Amino acid sequence: MNQPSILLDGLPVPFVDGQTIMDAAMAADIFIPHLCHHPEFKPQGSCKLCTVKANGRYVSACTLPARDGMEVENNSPDLNDKRRTLLQMLFVEGNHFCPSCEKSGNCMLQALAYELEMLSPHFDQFYPNRPVDASHPEVLLDFNRCILCELCVRASRDLDGKSVFSLSGRGITKHLIVNAESGRLADTDFSWADTAAHVCPVGVILKKRSGFAVPIGKRRYDVEPIARQVERLAARRADEES
Amino acid sequence: MNAVPQSRKLRLATTSLAGCFGCHMAFLDIDERLLELLERVEFDRSPLTDIKTCGPCDIGLVEGGICNAENIHVLQEFRRNCKVLIAIGACAVNGGLPAQRNHLDLGRCLQEVYLTGPGIVNGQVPNDPELPLPLDKVHPIHEIVRIDYFIPGCPPSGDAIWKFLTDLLDGRTPRLGHPLLHFD
Ligand code: SF4
Ligand code: SF4
Ligand code: FES
Repeated sequence: MNQPSILLDGLPVPFVDGQTIMDAAMAADIFIPHLCHHPEFKPQGSCKLCTVKANGRYVSACTLPARDGMEVENNSPDLNDKRRTLLQMLFVEGNHFCPSCEKSGNCMLQALAYELEMLSPHFDQFYPNRPVDASHPEVLLDFNRCILCELCVRASRDLDGKSVFSLSGRGITKHLIVNAESGRLADTDFSWADTAAHVCPVGVILKKRSGFAVPIGKRRYDVEPIARQVERLAARRADEES
Repeated sequence: MNAVPQSRKLRLATTSLAGCFGCHMAFLDIDERLLELLERVEFDRSPLTDIKTCGPCDIGLVEGGICNAENIHVLQEFRRNCKVLIAIGACAVNGGLPAQRNHLDLGRCLQEVYLTGPGIVNGQVPNDPELPLPLDKVHPIHEIVRIDYFIPGCPPSGDAIWKFLTDLLDGRTPRLGHPLLHFD
């Protein structure tokens, strides 16, 4: 009967055994910023955007199991400052020239930067030089925008059973590779029908000849900021229940 | 920024470095609000005035990244003279689309454009000392001088620029939220 719950920013949020803080928040339509988390995949805790304070300690909401009575701080100036810094690090690490990116307006990295009012990248740019892979007939890969979330890696390996992508290298030289002798996407059995083709939260995996189809103003995050999309869902559910 | 005494008009300088003038056009997109602004500010050096060097100013608006030696010279002049220096637009903020040349070899770019490109007869890479030398890479302006504020966008909308400037002039911390904050 007595369902366990956490206190998320002072609000009681119920959970079932085995759920993480992120799972509980998502079920309640409470927005915890995240990039590498996707409910369909095993969490891996690499982007650290979901950092919250649980019982006074910084932890990743996507990997830490909820415990009854746990006090979790999520939407606070301190945490949002740290998240903004993480976003700035991701922005300077790649070539995020949004004005010419087909994902602009539909990109989670960008939407989170808007949400957290990131006005500048703050750090010096790395300007990486990783050639695009345009070998595949349907799909283009721009590796300079990859944030190493491994969603495509997990999707291709765990759902599509193809293991088309991997991360390779160490430290700042770590990067996404295509698992083929030639390293080219065309030499794999990758297809636009794969789950892995649709999970990239940024503008790396792009369908050819389909960019810029949605008018400005109608793109996903033009319509509504990322956090409000989640909160609105909660409001709608509450309406339906009453 | 502290609240500004309204008795005196503020001085505003603007410049375009490795920019496209789009941020200046977006600035003019405040339309008739420009008249309202002119009651509170006076323009110093700007592409919109005939003043050749920047004098002591309250606010400097810089569009464009840094791509050649003259850009650095002008940026430093602005930093010396402006109490508040604002980077406006994607190019000033992170180098912008011109920084897409950063993975190319500069010498080969110049050769292709001036010597080997299609339709070039008796080409030569311009070498008059009057011309500023290009840098091997394009840089955001905050990598050269300290910047006080950033207005992202390619370009930011007239409304965003208006909101930002009026926040600043009224002594509020400038804020851009949805839908005024965008990077594209
Ligand atoms: S991937 Fe996102 S943040 Fe990066 S350039 Fe594209 S729209 Fe901008
Ligand atoms: S390509 Fe996209 S989905 Fe794959 S690791 Fe990079 S950012 Fe993540
Ligand atoms: S969403 Fe938790 S670390 Fe990326």
